[in-house]
Amino acid sequence: MITELGHFALVLAFLVACVQVVVPLIGAHKRWPGWMAVAEPAANAQFLLVAFSFAALTYAFVTSDFSLRLVVLNSHSLKPMLYKVSGVWGNHEGSMLLWVLILSLFGATAAWFGGALPPTLKARVLAVQSAIGVAFYGFILFTSNPFLRMAAPPFDGEGLNPLLQDPGLAFHPPFLYLGYVGLSMAFSFAVAALIEGRVDAAWARWVRPWTLAAWIFLTIGIGLGSWWAYYELGWGGFWFWDPVENASFMPWLIAAALLHSAIVVEKRESLKSWTILLAIMAFGFSLIGTFIVRSGVITSVHAFANDPERGVFILAILAVFMGGALTLYAARAGAMEAKGVFSVVSRESGLVVNNILLAVAAFVVFIGTIWPLVAEIAFGRKLSVGAPFFNMAFTPFMVALGLILPVGAMLPWKRASLGRTFKKLLPAFVLALALAGLSWAVQSGRSLLGPVGLFLGSWLIFGAAVDLWTRTGKSGFKRLMRLPRADWGKSVAHSGLGVVMLAIAGLMAWEQEDIRVVQTGEPFEIAGYTLVLDSVDRVQGPNYISTMGTVSLSKDGKAISTLHPEKRTYPVSGMPTTEAGIDNGILRDIYVVIGDPQDDGGWAVRSYYKPLSNWIWGGAILMAIGGVLSLSDRRYRVAAGARKMTAAGVPAE
Amino acid sequence: MKRLILALILVAAPVWAVQPDEILDDPELEARARVISKDLRCLVCRNENIDDSNAELARDLRLLVRERLVAGDSDEEAVAYIVDRYGEYVLLNPTARGANWVLWAAGPIMLIAGLGLGLVYLRRRQATPERKIEALSDEEKARLAEIMDD
Repeated sequence: MITELGHFALVLAFLVACVQVVVPLIGAHKRWPGWMAVAEPAANAQFLLVAFSFAALTYAFVTSDFSLRLVVLNSHSLKPMLYKVSGVWGNHEGSMLLWVLILSLFGATAAWFGGALPPTLKARVLAVQSAIGVAFYGFILFTSNPFLRMAAPPFDGEGLNPLLQDPGLAFHPPFLYLGYVGLSMAFSFAVAALIEGRVDAAWARWVRPWTLAAWIFLTIGIGLGSWWAYYELGWGGFWFWDPVENASFMPWLIAAALLHSAIVVEKRESLKSWTILLAIMAFGFSLIGTFIVRSGVITSVHAFANDPERGVFILAILAVFMGGALTLYAARAGAMEAKGVFSVVSRESGLVVNNILLAVAAFVVFIGTIWPLVAEIAFGRKLSVGAPFFNMAFTPFMVALGLILPVGAMLPWKRASLGRTFKKLLPAFVLALALAGLSWAVQSGRSLLGPVGLFLGSWLIFGAAVDLWTRTGKSGFKRLMRLPRADWGKSVAHSGLGVVMLAIAGLMAWEQEDIRVVQTGEPFEIAGYTLVLDSVDRVQGPNYISTMGTVSLSKDGKAISTLHPEKRTYPVSGMPTTEAGIDNGILRDIYVVIGDPQDDGGWAVRSYYKPLSNWIWGGAILMAIGGVLSLSDRRYRVAAGARKMTAAGVPAE
Repeated sequence: MKRLILALILVAAPVWAVQPDEILDDPELEARARVISKDLRCLVCRNENIDDSNAELARDLRLLVRERLVAGDSDEEAVAYIVDRYGEYVLLNPTARGANWVLWAAGPIMLIAGLGLGLVYLRRRQATPERKIEALSDEEKARLAEIMDD
């Protein structure tokens, strides 16, 4: 019964969304306040209906209702509760429902917090947002309905893929979707502005918080996914340049570019049409990502049940929205006249270079991702484009970005002098160079990767610190705490990027690996640490059987910790997973994986010394914190302003 | 969702990425083998190199690479040997042959084009005279008062 109600709610949401597209658009065009006002309650209704629908599906998973096809395919009565709930979005249909839930949530928040928006813009934004909703409700209802029943319900389900039975599943996809879908707001604002034919500083100020929020969520989502891969997959890789990872990385890069260009629109009323184009592209890449994940045209490790019909549907959505938006853009972009005038050396120019580097980097990733498809269709060549290509083709852009970032971030608006700005940064530059030199001297004749990464990372971190410090002027510390949050956000996020660069380079350059057959009780060494495999036991888990090793880790005779690398077998699916034993340290991880028993009674054991690995995610967290700080800056508190206005009883315009 | 999925479906008894018995006695050869295997694709897996893969086939390929190196092949010869048998598909780092130059040149070309366009834009911005700031309309004045008020 609840299932049917959930299904019905989704159909209703579809209908409400249709109304929300048509009525406010006509209203905005004809300036009929009543028609425009429809958007707001419709957005709320849509959100409540989808939320109910999602709750109904969750209920079916929690109660293990095996009359529902989706539950049978993806759940099992013995599964721990956490995975029953997160199993809702551990599959194609459920994850699409989460997708539209977030989409309608963003639409509803625009209705809640959009009090300060001009009524026509607000109506149009909500209508465009709802149009995206219509497309995806249609997609779910016609190709991927999660509410299908079984004719003959089985006694138990087939279980969730063991690799997904991890707390990572509970958080990684929701954050990623919050990011992906959040970019739909930037898209809606861009299209609404094109329809209005007006982009000004106020528009940029409204659109930036949404983009910033989406970017923060994407950062967290990507970071979580990378961390999950690191501890779950058994060799401690953190990024594989897999098509689906790229699918989340491209919108991240474009969103980062958009964040920066929106500042130029806001402060200097320039780069308007470019910003609009970026907003359209950012969501375009989100849709492309959705297409890559769900259509199966590009082989990826993220296995979703794919079928061509779905791929075609998403391709059609992509074509309609991108084609429509870009046509509108071509017709209207010329009308957006830039106002600000600035010299070639200025903050504006720095941000233009930032945008070029980020956008081109995103396109390099894009071409690399779709090239196997292009080569096969156009030239009949079956080839692969993998990590080595991306490392080589993508990294130079990030190195260039890292080099110019501290300088660009400190250039004054309008007219600047490179020499004067660099002079302020000289201490940071020298310090970074010294650190790199030190690491070069300490490491014994290995690659330049480590020192270069260390230089870039510390140059970014120290540069961000100098930036913050010079903002205080002469009053020093007292002023530091009273700086606008946006200034703090900028420096924190930039140093976060520095931390990530430093950590990735350090990890790749100074990692050590050891593969061997180990007898229990016999010590072996890696990077100065001593490991002993004390015992190997069979342990019964809630829904799996584990072969668990006990490894004691020590250095110079001092015990540090005990690690438990595991190999788990899930009887329901018959699939094994590896759980690495990791000793997390500030400067390094010791990472141990247990393999197969050997004929001579020993065990195959892989161990790694992974320097700086935690800083990769630490840096991502810093970037996200920087984003949150910037988001909480006073000038973006649209909601606060709106609430005050209603309280004061300002009449609607 | 993770890379092992397909590999594990295909392999009934899970084996493991590089196993102790595969490692060559000569550390120099072994180091070369590791570098080569990082650039070769495990054919039955999804976007995984043979060095990391758990599949049987990846193990066979790893052993094959090591055999060739022990037989005295250079790195290029060993890779060419594998490509001859398994096709271009095994190369994770695509060659620049044929139409692939587009793939390799795309980044630099787009960068130069982007920088060129950027420069044109910046020069034009610099040349444009600053527009006189127009007086605010009544509507804008009202809006300004509203904003300043909060």
